[in-house]
Amino acid sequence: MEPFVKLNGLVAPVDRVNVDTDAIIPKQFLKRIERSGFGQFLFFEWRWDEQGNVIPEFNLNKPRYQGASVLLSRANFGCGSSREHAPWAIMDYGFRCIIAPSFADIFYNNCFKNGILPIKLSEEQVDDLFNRTNATEGYKLNVDLENKTITDGEGLNIPFELDEHRRQFLLQGLDDIGLTLQHEAAITAYEAKRAAGATA
Amino acid sequence: MFEKIWNNHVIVAGEEKPSILYIDLHLVHEVTSPQAFEGLRLTGRKVRRPDLTFATMDHNVPTKDRFNISDPISKQQVDTLTENCREFGVKLYDLNTIDQGVVHVMGPELGLTHPGKTIVCGDSHTSTHGAFGALAFGIGTSEVEHVLATQCLQQSKAKTMVIRFNGKRKPGITAKDMILGLIAKYGTDFGTGYVMEYTGEAIRSLTMEERMTVCNMSIEAGARAGLIAPDETTFEYLRGREYAPQGAAFDAAVEQWKALCTDDGAEFDSVLDFDVDSLIPQVTWGTSPGMGTGITSSVPVPENLPTENERKAAANALEYMDLKPGTPMTDIEIDYVFIGSCTNGRIEDLRAAASVARGHKVSPRVTAIVVPGSGRVKIQAEKEGLDKVFTEAGFEWRDAGCSMCLAMNPDVLKPGQRCASTSNRNFEGRQGRGGRTHLVSPEMAAAAAVQGRFVDVRTWDFKSEVKA
Repeated sequence: MEPFVKLNGLVAPVDRVNVDTDAIIPKQFLKRIERSGFGQFLFFEWRWDEQGNVIPEFNLNKPRYQGASVLLSRANFGCGSSREHAPWAIMDYGFRCIIAPSFADIFYNNCFKNGILPIKLSEEQVDDLFNRTNATEGYKLNVDLENKTITDGEGLNIPFELDEHRRQFLLQGLDDIGLTLQHEAAITAYEAKRAAGATA
Repeated sequence: MFEKIWNNHVIVAGEEKPSILYIDLHLVHEVTSPQAFEGLRLTGRKVRRPDLTFATMDHNVPTKDRFNISDPISKQQVDTLTENCREFGVKLYDLNTIDQGVVHVMGPELGLTHPGKTIVCGDSHTSTHGAFGALAFGIGTSEVEHVLATQCLQQSKAKTMVIRFNGKRKPGITAKDMILGLIAKYGTDFGTGYVMEYTGEAIRSLTMEERMTVCNMSIEAGARAGLIAPDETTFEYLRGREYAPQGAAFDAAVEQWKALCTDDGAEFDSVLDFDVDSLIPQVTWGTSPGMGTGITSSVPVPENLPTENERKAAANALEYMDLKPGTPMTDIEIDYVFIGSCTNGRIEDLRAAASVARGHKVSPRVTAIVVPGSGRVKIQAEKEGLDKVFTEAGFEWRDAGCSMCLAMNPDVLKPGQRCASTSNRNFEGRQGRGGRTHLVSPEMAAAAAVQGRFVDVRTWDFKSEVKA
C-alpha cells in the first residue's frame, strides 16, 4: 500500500450530511472484478444527469475544484454499504484525505486499507473549513500525518487526533495480512485448542 | 455478552494496537470477493479454512429467467465466484441448489449461524446474524482477503450500547416498525463505534426471524453489530438444521450458549430506552433510513427542524422524493411494491404479506413483486400456497435473490417511480436512478400494493382463507 506522510492539496467541498456509499459509487459499477478504474464513476449520479450531461452545479464539476486531493464533507460520511469500491473510487479520482465531523465505521476502516487518511474534526472546525474553502478559490491545505496537523499557510493550524496504530500503518504503508501472519503459531495453537473441544 | 464473545476469540490481545480476532464463519458473495481472491492469487496465499467459508451468489442474480444473466459484466462476476470457489476449495451454493439465496437468509437457514460465533461477510447487513447472539459484522474487500488468508481480523474493541425495547407491541406492529422507529428517533449514526445489544420484553417475544429483521438494520443506526441474547426461541430455531450440532452435541452446545448471556449488572457504555407501547406502523419519507415517521403523520416541514444541516438534508430529500411538506403519509401514491431482501424476505414475512393480500387485488397503478429470500423460502411458501395468494392478487412471484433491494440485477425502478419497499435503504438511486424508496414492513407494503397508496394496516380488512 502507498504510504501517506504529507499532502499539500486543493480542497473540494461536498456539503451534505450522511453521504452514503451508494452515492459515492452506485451499484451498477460494482460488477467489475478489478480494483482499479473506479474514479470515473465517483459520485456518478451527482456529476451527470440521466442523459449523461455534466451537472455544472456539482462542485467536483467546477473548474476551480479540478485536481483536488482533499475532500471536505459533513457528518456520517460513508454510511451504508460496506463496498470498498467507495474508497477505491475516491482514491482513483485523486483524493488522499477526507475531512468530516464523523465517518461510518466500515468506510473509515476501509480507508486505511487503501492509503486514504480520514480526519475527524469538530462540527465548528468543519464549518470553518467550508467557509474558507468557499471564500477562496484555489484554497489548499497542508496535511501532515507525522505531526497530526492541518495548516493552510494563512494562520490556520488545526491539530487532529488519530489512533497511533492507524497512523503508523498509513505512514509506513503496511500490509496487515503480513502482520497477522507473523502470529501464525498463535493462530494454529488457537485452532488446535478449539479442535480439542475448548469452548468457542 | 459482547465481552464474552470477544474474549473467546482474541488470539493476540492488542494493548495500543488492534487485537487479532479469530473468525468462526466467513460468508462470501460475488460482489465483494473477486478482488480478494485475486489478492490471494497475486501473493500466492491460500484460503486458510475453506471449511469455515461458505459462498453464494445473490446480488446480481435475476429473479426471473435466472439462468440467463443478460448483462455480461454481471455474468462475469457470478462466473468468477464459481471459478474462485472451485480453485480455492470453498463450498458454493449456486443457482442449481435450493439453498441459494440472499446470503443472510441462507446462513441462518442452513444452521451455520450459532450463538457465540464470530461471523463476517463482505456485506454490511451481516449484522443480521447478531439475532442469534453471534458477533457478526460487515467488512470491506481487503478484510475479506485478510480473513480468507488468515481466518483472523485485526479489530479494535467496540464500545457497548444496550437498547431496551420497553412495553408490548400492539396488533399490526412489526419488528420492522421497531427498528425503523428506533432509527427515526435517534438517527443513522448514533450507533457508530458501538455494538448494540437489544433487550426488553418486546425483544424477548420476537420470533427468530423477527429478531433478524431488527439486527439486520443495526447498520442503518451506524452500529458495528447488533446482538440479541440467545434463548429457547434461538435453540428451537437451530435444532435439527444441517450445520447445527446434532443429538447430544446439541444439548451440550445449548449449555454453552446459555452461558453467553449478559450477566446481571453488566455495565454498558451507553443505555437507550425505546417505548414500544406507543409505536405505530412506520414509513420513511426521505433518503436516509432515519427520515421516517408513523403512518398517521405527515411529511415534515424542513424549516421546523432544529439544525441547519438537518433542514438542508430534509429539503434535499423532499426535492428528490418529490414530496410536499405537510402531506399526510396516507396521501402518498405509489407505483411499485417490493417484498423481499435480507431484512424481510423470510417465510414469516411472506406469510404476513400474504395475509394482507389474500382476497384483494393489486391496484392497477402498481407493479408488485414478491422475492423469496432463498430457494428454501420459496419452496416452503409454495407448499403453503402463498404463491397462489400472491399471484391471484396480482403480485409477481419471483426466484430468490437480492432483487430490488439494491437493483444490481434486472429489478430496477425507473426514474420517478415510487416504491413501497420492505428492504433496508432508501438512499438516492438505491433502487434505480431517480427511483423513490419508502421503507415499510411486509404488511404495510402489501396493503400499499392493494390501495395504490400508503394505508394504516391496523385498519385493514383481512379476508380469511376461503374454505373449499
